[in-house]
Amino acid sequence: MTETSILTKKDLKSDQEVRWCPGCGDYSILNSVQAVLAGLGIQKEQLCIISGIGCSSRFPYYMNTYGFHTIHGRAPGIATGVKIANPNLSVWMVTGDGDGLSIGGNHMIHMLRRNVDVKILLFNNQIYGLTKGQYSPTSPTGLKTKSSPYGSVDRAFNPIKLALGAGATFVARTMDTHPKHMEQVLLEAANHKGSAFVEIFQNCVIFNDGCFEGVAGRKVRDERTVDLHAGEAMVYGEAHDKGLRFDGFELKGTSAAEAGVWDPSVLSTAPATVLAELDGRQDLPTAVGLFRRVNAPVFDQDVHAQVRAVLERKGPGKLKDLLYTKDAWTVS
Amino acid sequence: MTSTPHPAAELPLQQQESVVIRFAGDSGDGMQITGNQFTDTSAFVGNDLATLPDFPAEIRAPVGTRPGVSGFQVRFSSADVHTPGDQPDVLVAMNPAALIVNIKDLKPGAIVILNRGNWGEVDLKKAKLDVDPRTSGVLDGFRVIEIDINARVKEALADSGLSSKDVQRCKNFYTLGLMYWLYSRPLEPTLDWLAKKFAKEPSLVNANQTALRAGYNAGDIHEHFQARYEVARCDTMLPGTYRNIMGNQSLALGLVAGANLANLPIFLGSYPITPASDILHQLSSYKDHGVITMQAEDEIAAICSAIGASFAGHLGITTTSGPGMALKTEAMGLAISTELPLVIVDIQRAGPSTGMPTKTEQSDLLFAVFGRNGDAPMPVVSCSTPADAFECAIEAVRIATQFMTPVILLSDGYIANGSEPWRLPKMEDLVPFPVTFRTDPEAFQPFSRDARGVRPWVKPGTPGLEHRIGGLEKDADSGNISYDAKNHQRMTDLRHQKVQNVADTIPTPAVYGAQEGDLLVLGWGSTYGSIRSAVDVLLKQGKKIGQVHIRHVWPMAKGLDQIFARYRAVLVPELNMGQMTRLLRSEYPGFSFVSYPKVQGLPFTTAELVERIEKALA
Repeated sequence: MTETSILTKKDLKSDQEVRWCPGCGDYSILNSVQAVLAGLGIQKEQLCIISGIGCSSRFPYYMNTYGFHTIHGRAPGIATGVKIANPNLSVWMVTGDGDGLSIGGNHMIHMLRRNVDVKILLFNNQIYGLTKGQYSPTSPTGLKTKSSPYGSVDRAFNPIKLALGAGATFVARTMDTHPKHMEQVLLEAANHKGSAFVEIFQNCVIFNDGCFEGVAGRKVRDERTVDLHAGEAMVYGEAHDKGLRFDGFELKGTSAAEAGVWDPSVLSTAPATVLAELDGRQDLPTAVGLFRRVNAPVFDQDVHAQVRAVLERKGPGKLKDLLYTKDAWTVS
Repeated sequence: MTSTPHPAAELPLQQQESVVIRFAGDSGDGMQITGNQFTDTSAFVGNDLATLPDFPAEIRAPVGTRPGVSGFQVRFSSADVHTPGDQPDVLVAMNPAALIVNIKDLKPGAIVILNRGNWGEVDLKKAKLDVDPRTSGVLDGFRVIEIDINARVKEALADSGLSSKDVQRCKNFYTLGLMYWLYSRPLEPTLDWLAKKFAKEPSLVNANQTALRAGYNAGDIHEHFQARYEVARCDTMLPGTYRNIMGNQSLALGLVAGANLANLPIFLGSYPITPASDILHQLSSYKDHGVITMQAEDEIAAICSAIGASFAGHLGITTTSGPGMALKTEAMGLAISTELPLVIVDIQRAGPSTGMPTKTEQSDLLFAVFGRNGDAPMPVVSCSTPADAFECAIEAVRIATQFMTPVILLSDGYIANGSEPWRLPKMEDLVPFPVTFRTDPEAFQPFSRDARGVRPWVKPGTPGLEHRIGGLEKDADSGNISYDAKNHQRMTDLRHQKVQNVADTIPTPAVYGAQEGDLLVLGWGSTYGSIRSAVDVLLKQGKKIGQVHIRHVWPMAKGLDQIFARYRAVLVPELNMGQMTRLLRSEYPGFSFVSYPKVQGLPFTTAELVERIEKALA
């Protein structure tokens, strides 16, 4: 058979009919992921998409790559096993706010602290969609849902802060309404060595329609978001006329000219945390783009490095030597 | 009652066939090491043997208390033995608590060695004793030997330069030396072991070796004893090369051997849990055998990482005990649904819930066979002795890889920490069963099946075979998601049939003893040795009984019905409330199964089994 070295988006579409609701933000994400993965220069057999359970987790079925639709919340465990067993694979994990932060929250933080070389796409729609509309760990307090008819009394997780707190080496945020931005963030995630955590604001057209409209809607997003780029000024606004700069542990609105330059690679996670806390309540935009990118030892590589080091020191072990030890004796 | 020093004459050397010693002390007294050393040395001199450690779940319960008592029982013999013995002939009690906890188990006339150095008012109080057992009459009928081990060790190590705390930590080797003298064992194996163990701290090597010799010499100068004993080498052991092995050790070795025979690298995902952690410890040291281990964040991540590794072409393994099994069940279903090979090791312990972590039980049987959501069949293999765990681990790997299925391998705390001489397999007798990965894209369907109902295994990274798997029901032909009613029936039947097909590859177990007669005693798992010992007793009395032991718990071997038909009844002793009995009654409704349950966290004694079998025969 012949393999071309350059894939097209079409090569990555599986023969399965996509079954998300019409208007779901997931379509846009699927489209962007296919565009980015096709351009990575990786053969499709080297791509492996792993998901948990939920609307977003149907993702692998729509990708003509290797894929594993696993169980609720456990995609990080499976993805870690796959990546360790074959570090040559490009492993992508697709999860949601319920799958990745509620039932699978423990696995998520441990995957991030280990820095397993897996790219994590967290579709955040602030709702349980596949179970038909219950509040999730990212739902705002007070949200009325089927399981919170008087409003949710839960406090919400901030996924970016959770990832920063877990020691993630790459943390970014994008939105389903802005494919160009998403593709840029996904490409940066793909190029990162280690866990790359990408929160994607995703609209659930049925159960939480418009949950990010005030931030990510096409008409408002230039005014309501600031896009973080490494080494660039924190400027926003339709006319690129506004900016942000740090004043101690707080952010102040400034003119574009006075905006601070963003560095996602500083040792402290404090600046990124402050940016993550911008949630529209202040008179400031919500931050998207690159919150953090640092180099750290990569778990799957270190696992193999340790095996190689022992093999070099001891030589390949023989089964017979394991069984026939020095304390063995013979009966004749 | 203390014996007076004997004049310096050669003591009579008395031959004994079989001796049971129990070492008991605080969990910080090193009784497990002492017992293991005595065991290894007995193996070295060619005895057959069996051991039973009995220790608390707490690492260091309060010193001197009853809950803090740690024991190690070893039976060594010049004849075949299958159990660590019902009643100790010798008890070494390092403090009053150790005496009072163990005294009820002793054989009448047993030797009791007491450490008088830990026998003050405080020690009695810690053991909740109002009256000193030395004067209360509970020791009547035993041969009591009191030694101030604390003082003797202090004398022996006066010049060691060690702190008095470190000196006292050598007490167990003094005690061991004394027992070596009493049973005429060589010191060399332990001297060598100490030299290795403390290689980085020569002062500790020296101190412990000195304590060992001092204990031995204390016997030699006839301070305490009127006789010495000898247990000759066991001449009925089959020719071969042996080593003493604990169940968890041989199970770990079996997994490595199985992976080797399947030509696969091992990936172990595991979370620490008693009594399974030693398998994780051991496998994590085998990096030179290409073994990859990951200590996961929890039991679920442990099995999931193993499933991921299996998907990617490794032999995925996860090891745990009952509570961990409970957490893993959903993932087991995923492995069944995606038809990936996986070995799940369950070292059973007393339940329910946290139960008694260090005590043995066989109560996960029905859980292993049926405990998952949906119709989720899975083969289950069960180890019967520490050495047998090696073969069973290989068998679990064979079934998992040959049938593309998760397999549960059952062991228990008794096998895990018990030990026996293991007749090592000849390397040429280990028959390879190499795995073939599918690489041909021609007409590939991920859930197409061969004649045995087995789907192909494809490593991600293989060009042209890209496919998706998952826990949703699959179309039997294309492997795509399907909610079709008839397809679900078909897939359920196919999964069931595949597991049943395993029975075509397993032998009918042999019957020991009478090949037909009044009673068949059927066991599975760690009851093997106890049942064998009881059956031997009754066979010698001319009873027409047989023993059959089940390795393949699910599916069961073919031909068992024909065996059952040759006896009037089948007695099923097991360390649970009768789970195997239920299984047998549902699978073989035409036969009479009599349950003999025991759930005390301890194995059956030979005596209680003999009594129950006699009752069944009456």
